[in-house]
Amino acid sequence: MKHLVSGALFGCALTTFASAETTLTIGYLRVEQPAPPTLSNLDPIPEDNGLAGAQTGLADNLTTGKFLGQNYELTVAEVFEGDDPLAAARDLLSASPYLVIDAAPKDITAIADMAEAEGAVLFNTSAGDLSLRDAECRGNLLHTIASDAMRTDALAQVLVKKRWDDLVMITGTHAADTSYAEAMRRSLTKFGLSLEAEKEWAFDADMRRNASQEVPLFTQDFGDYDTLIIADEVHDFGRYVLYNTWQARPVVGSEGLTAVGWSPVIEQWGAAQLQSRFEEEHAREMTAQDYAAWAAVRTLGEAMTRTNATDPETLRSYIMSDQFELAGFKGRPLTYRDWNGQLRQPIAIAHPRALVAQAPLEGFLHQTNELDSLGLDRPESKCEAFQ
Amino acid sequence: MIRLTAMFSLLASTAMAGEIWVTNEKDDTISVISTETLEVVRTYETGERPRGILFNSDYSRVYICASDSNAVQVMDPNSGEILHELPSGDDPEQFVLHPDDRHLYIANEDDAITTVVDVETRKVVAQIDVGVEPEGMAVSPDGKIAITTSETTNMAHWIDTETQELFANTLVDSRPRHAEFIKDGAEMWVSSEIGGTLTVFDTATQTEKAKMSFEVQGVHPDRVQPVGFEFTAGDTHAFVALGPSNHVAVVNAETYEVEDYILVGRRVWHMDFNEDRSMLFTTNGVSGDVTVIDVEKREAIKSIKVGRFPWGAAFRPTGS
Repeated sequence: MKHLVSGALFGCALTTFASAETTLTIGYLRVEQPAPPTLSNLDPIPEDNGLAGAQTGLADNLTTGKFLGQNYELTVAEVFEGDDPLAAARDLLSASPYLVIDAAPKDITAIADMAEAEGAVLFNTSAGDLSLRDAECRGNLLHTIASDAMRTDALAQVLVKKRWDDLVMITGTHAADTSYAEAMRRSLTKFGLSLEAEKEWAFDADMRRNASQEVPLFTQDFGDYDTLIIADEVHDFGRYVLYNTWQARPVVGSEGLTAVGWSPVIEQWGAAQLQSRFEEEHAREMTAQDYAAWAAVRTLGEAMTRTNATDPETLRSYIMSDQFELAGFKGRPLTYRDWNGQLRQPIAIAHPRALVAQAPLEGFLHQTNELDSLGLDRPESKCEAFQ
Repeated sequence: MIRLTAMFSLLASTAMAGEIWVTNEKDDTISVISTETLEVVRTYETGERPRGILFNSDYSRVYICASDSNAVQVMDPNSGEILHELPSGDDPEQFVLHPDDRHLYIANEDDAITTVVDVETRKVVAQIDVGVEPEGMAVSPDGKIAITTSETTNMAHWIDTETQELFANTLVDSRPRHAEFIKDGAEMWVSSEIGGTLTVFDTATQTEKAKMSFEVQGVHPDRVQPVGFEFTAGDTHAFVALGPSNHVAVVNAETYEVEDYILVGRRVWHMDFNEDRSMLFTTNGVSGDVTVIDVEKREAIKSIKVGRFPWGAAFRPTGS
């Protein structure tokens, strides 16, 4: 019955109201990053991680655009290990000044520094590194993916609110783990907390067999504490720590209770609609990176809808203005920080089955916008490219 | 307290008998509240995730958007029995009944479509492509124009009900949620949840006539989010639900100025009046209750526990 209803009349009303169509072309660049081996193969990273979000954003833009005579195109380029990301970026930038990037931080800044990228509008949708929002920021680079600091600040707010202040941490050895751990230490200091002890995870055993024997011993010498923080951004060992610790204590960080830009368990604020739209199109759940790419493409769509322009000067100045707001299914309008180009956004505190809270938590006040209690605030950031 | 009780009994005695029907989005039920006793008198089961609710003109039928059942259910309000379902398209959220009492205009939130259903033949008459996540629905009193607002496209789509085609699309602020025609159809109002505004259109020209924004003391502007709204007798004032700011605003519909804010339950969604419009009933999604507002005094006088995540509200007279 359902099929019949939508099938019979679906195609009859594609009315266009404007005579001349303008097209906004958006480039999407994915630079393959080798994933380190992990103990478990339970969660394969989807091949179209990020790109799928950009495609859903494109579909949203197109639906809106058809009522305004505005068209959108997405040009995708993929760079595999060993190939030159700059050449691919140059190609995309020659066709359009709008580029959504999924790459490692060093590649992102290298692209932003190319002569061809001058005056372009680039979106970082993959790197949470603090430096990109700090001294290593670029004036032509916006960030729709939440910074590591926004995520660790969100968790620190939870720790403060719950008065879990006796804290210990286990850190992995990958670069992503250590930079997350660094962001976490910074956040703990920011919110008046500190670590009682830290350990590095340097095992090479297969935890599927013996996590229940190794983890209790490994965590025994922490003594008593309130909460264990895991810095395991590559999701190698963290999943085996839960329920195997010597002390029965909550686990937060990269596993357990996590702070994320997006999660399949978000359903409030109309998010259920975005989730089901995405799942229908891509036959999988929406990740934080998908969300970041969706937000980048929707940012451009929103700017073109409101300004009816396609040139980067007009769109960029609209995006950075007070008029801009993106309805991002997080219960508040999303805007960009004018000191480092980071998209302001609430951060979900979630476990794999449910949303626990949404940061900023009640009570964490800020003189201008509570969302700026997450991540690098204006006085903290050493970014000068936006001045 | 004594004063409150006295005022309350006065209200109850003058108000005509009636009921407020409330859909509970996460309980799959309807709570029926007596406007005399201000208590839940009955609870009926519905399909999955009931949201929009309305009665036909003689109140012999109640229509319910059962969003996750992908159907509009038709219930006999006297027995609570579901008589049949109407084809509604996917994920019906809000809808409006044409003054001809026959045609339902339904927003299909997941499909970017407005579906028009004939309630007598139970057939789909038309499906109209609209923006992403259609939600707010309205129809002009003369029945010539239907409106769909789309949440992610941020537009009000104007539908010619004769041809079932769009004749205008007007941009509004972010996440439009609800639409109403007032003043005999001369004005059309749209609320924008994330934009935080209420836009007034001149129906004849489809141009923006006024725009209102809201300020609730002690609440960050981002959290002041206009959603549902309804008008007092004579369309002199609008009561506007402001979502997670937990307030209802009272807006003067002549000067377009906000006159009052009333504290209600958490995440206030939609509302309806009793028969003489002396009392207003608001659904509060997060706190799972309904706030009763004394319209003249502009005060909340009671909250009534209903099911989980109450969403829509519709009045039905029961005779005195």
